[in-house]
Amino acid sequence: MTAPTPLKIREQMFWLTTERGIYWENESVLILADLHFGKTGHFRKNGISVPHAVYKEDLQRMVELISHFNPKKIIAVGDLFHSADNLELSLFSKIRADFASIELILVKGNHDVLADNWYEKNNIRLAYGIYSLSDFNFVHDPAEIPANHSSFYFSGHLHPAITISGIGKQSLRFPCYYFTEHEAILPAFSKFSGTAKVTKKKNNRIFAIVEHSLIEINN
Amino acid sequence: MLQETTGYQIIHKWMKAKSFHPFSFQEACWENILHANSGLVNAPTGCGKTFSVFLGVLIDYINQHPDNYKTAKNNQLQLIWITPLRALAKDIGRAMELVLEELQIPWKVGIRNGDTSTAERQKQKTNLPEILIITPESLHLLLAQKNCSSYFETLKFIAVDEWHELMGSKRGVQVELAMSRLVGMSKNKLSIWGISATIGNLEEAKDVLLSPIKNNGIIIRAKMDKRIDIESIIPEEIDTYPWAGHLGIKMVHRLVPIIEKSNTTLIFINTRGMSETWYQSLLTAAPQLAGAIALHHGSIEQELRLWVEEALHTQKLKAVVCTASLDLGVDFRPVDTVIQVGSPKGVARFLQRAGRSGHGPGEISKLYFLPTNALELVEAAALKQAIKEEMIESKTPMLLCFDVLIQYLCTLAIGEGFDPVKTFQEVRSTYCFADITIDEWQEALLNITQGGIALNQYDEYHKVIVEDGLYKITSRKIAMRHRMHIGTIVSDAMLKVKFLGGGYVGVIEEYFISRLEPGDTFTLAGKNLELVMIKDMDVLVRKSSSKKSIVPSWNGGRMSLTANLGEMLRKTFNKALVDETEIEIKSLRALFEVQQTLSIIPRDHQLLIEQIETKDGYHLLVYPFEGRQVHEAMSAILAYRIGQITPISFSIAMNDYGFELLSDQPIPVDDSNVQELFTSNNLLIDIQKSINSAEMAKRKFRDIAVIGGLIFQGFPGEHKKARHLQSSASLLFKVFEEYEPNNILLRQAYRELMEQQMEEVRLRTALDRISKSEFMLQFPKQLTPLAFPITVDGLNRNSLSTEKLEDRVRKMQQQLEKN
Repeated sequence: MTAPTPLKIREQMFWLTTERGIYWENESVLILADLHFGKTGHFRKNGISVPHAVYKEDLQRMVELISHFNPKKIIAVGDLFHSADNLELSLFSKIRADFASIELILVKGNHDVLADNWYEKNNIRLAYGIYSLSDFNFVHDPAEIPANHSSFYFSGHLHPAITISGIGKQSLRFPCYYFTEHEAILPAFSKFSGTAKVTKKKNNRIFAIVEHSLIEINN
Repeated sequence: MLQETTGYQIIHKWMKAKSFHPFSFQEACWENILHANSGLVNAPTGCGKTFSVFLGVLIDYINQHPDNYKTAKNNQLQLIWITPLRALAKDIGRAMELVLEELQIPWKVGIRNGDTSTAERQKQKTNLPEILIITPESLHLLLAQKNCSSYFETLKFIAVDEWHELMGSKRGVQVELAMSRLVGMSKNKLSIWGISATIGNLEEAKDVLLSPIKNNGIIIRAKMDKRIDIESIIPEEIDTYPWAGHLGIKMVHRLVPIIEKSNTTLIFINTRGMSETWYQSLLTAAPQLAGAIALHHGSIEQELRLWVEEALHTQKLKAVVCTASLDLGVDFRPVDTVIQVGSPKGVARFLQRAGRSGHGPGEISKLYFLPTNALELVEAAALKQAIKEEMIESKTPMLLCFDVLIQYLCTLAIGEGFDPVKTFQEVRSTYCFADITIDEWQEALLNITQGGIALNQYDEYHKVIVEDGLYKITSRKIAMRHRMHIGTIVSDAMLKVKFLGGGYVGVIEEYFISRLEPGDTFTLAGKNLELVMIKDMDVLVRKSSSKKSIVPSWNGGRMSLTANLGEMLRKTFNKALVDETEIEIKSLRALFEVQQTLSIIPRDHQLLIEQIETKDGYHLLVYPFEGRQVHEAMSAILAYRIGQITPISFSIAMNDYGFELLSDQPIPVDDSNVQELFTSNNLLIDIQKSINSAEMAKRKFRDIAVIGGLIFQGFPGEHKKARHLQSSASLLFKVFEEYEPNNILLRQAYRELMEQQMEEVRLRTALDRISKSEFMLQFPKQLTPLAFPITVDGLNRNSLSTEKLEDRVRKMQQQLEKN
């Protein structure tokens, strides 16, 4: 794992990783978004032969983050699971049991359509709409953030990516973290997911995940 | 002897009564049909090619049933007539029915395609027609039916119309596979007859067609000389920078007198998007033509298209602006003039289009060529010469298309299921899969049964299952989805455009519409429409009176110049400023002079290389005149080789004349290394390496992913659930590259690239030719007329880099800071 990048937000310490997750040091919380677990399984069950390995890599990366930071709590800001239950999710359940002592909170996203008792069985606490912890809020879709707020929000849903271009008509696109004064949008955790373009503006900060390094985009 | 048979005499009598006289190629074809031979009929449209096969089948039938051919009903399926175009089916069906009626043969003609109603399909099931006219896609859909083998038991003849169009495409492979199955199901010894326009490799076309019946067959040629008169429309004013003419649209007024003096004119435009623009501009230039001109392309509502076709037959229209949508098909007798706007990119296509006018024996095909940029005048001169020398292109048959195979196997699995041993034999009888290995076959089976990779305890892959030795699809949901996706023509996701108050306008690419905001105005089917909203899969619009309107761009349709035309083009450039006997060359004098002053005019023994610095960066322009396809490969190899000298990143653009490598740093090419950069030594290794770094396979993968069933576009009533199964081809490509690089479909993307674009032999020939030529390194102080159209083309750029990704990002950031 590459050394994470520190970022101070409102006197609190956050660590941005190239593994697509943020660690909140003061509260010992790992923040993740759009993990879409079970997506490959859902495709395969419907006769579309996408490789399983991408799901296993996602899980491995999550385990890596957990063992690196050893958080007390994980907050998933939505789309932890992709669709209906399938066999692939039992692999997740197995891993969940391995770190049972860590609290897992899911702020429900549009893809989280599993039955309530499924989450219960897997020791997942559900939050609907907005979940708050000390002065920070967590929501799936940034569109649901109330207007004119002054507290800070973490969200996902968009799968943000930034396109950078240079001389000679060159352009490259990377998944990224997107920060404004009051908000942060996380990149999609799942590597089996598309992206949506965001643009660099004066009052936002963008950190692109370029393979194994995190690069802040300045223009 | 043909002439002595009852069937012949009856047909001959009928023809005589209508004062028709059989052509000798028709009689040759009939004779062969009576001997149960197979073959290929080479004849242009409009000279009785349909009758050459159809009447032969009737003669054979009458001969077999001389006493009861007028009374015997319900004879079951006798003839399958495969046609690539739905529009053709109706006209052919009508013509056949007329003949049957007059001969009092009680045969039924069934038409089966995407437009056939469910009721009609049901009727065909219980009351089988003797003749079935069908598209390749619908034929595969029939193979997906439970009782299909009894349906095809009695089949005697397969006719494949417009085989030159089908061969060389994946639809052709579909036809090959379907034929192999029909051969397996029929109890008769099948005769297969193809009908084809002239192509460079007719012999091969015949071999591909007849491969499933292992018959050498015969080629029957209709000898019909047709005079073609080609006239270029020379712009009043030639732009020395060839893009500036804005696609020739300002010459629209020149079309008006041509349309007015002609009976009916077809105006061929290369893309659907441009056809919309031309239609609009023509109306503006000649408002008196309103109501007498129409628009016809593949994205227009079918009813409207049919109306246009009908109006063409009945001479209600003065002109139709169209795309390749009217390339094929029955002849519209009233058409006496064709206008080709922009380069047709190949000799065969040019001839085909010219042939849409003046059909009758002895009539002249009149074709006007309107260049969309000045340099296309050179192409026109080259085309004329190529036609004179009869340099007609070949169509290369496709080999080992695993995406089509996987789709086909699933199709059989929905129907009666398939026995792997028997089906393997059938598949291997086709030309496309003649060289398939046992391993490849097993892999295809593994892909549909286990999803490519080995099972593990968490997998629930479900598609094809094995039951009593038969491979079957039993899930109704998967079967339904598969049926909706049968076909090999891949287009972008299409949305239906409808008026707010009801009324269907046409379809439009999702890619285009997703870039518009509500309130924006765009043009479709010749109407200006304001986008109101997108709801489910429908685009809701209202009429707009806004003058400013965005014309949809349709992806695809970027054809490459053929090798034949490329060679002729190089020779034609020899005449620039030297031999001005041809009007096209003479009129370009000013442009050539600018090129000559800034750089040189490349002659066919030279290779011109221009290095130019602009604010965009450092340009390296190379002009091999080999066509876009070869340039794509050659540019990637050159970029890769330069990248071995120093870490460097390129953005690459190309057209039919040459290609451009553009970089943010000086490009190290000079007299000392240029020869080495174009060598054909180590070619194969360099091809492979450049393919991997240029991500060129990604584009190939798009079609393969759709045909191979990886991309699911959803169907009515399943919107929400379907969304959970959606993914893009580029995402899938990335995922396979990283996690399952050995996947059979991914490998096919690379193979297609190697066989089509990067074909080693063709590249080697081109490089060997180049290495013998004189390298002309020029350093113009500004873009030259030849360079301009390449550099301004922002579409379809490739990229290749030998720098570290991180370094590139940091460099790009620094460059931006400096500005």
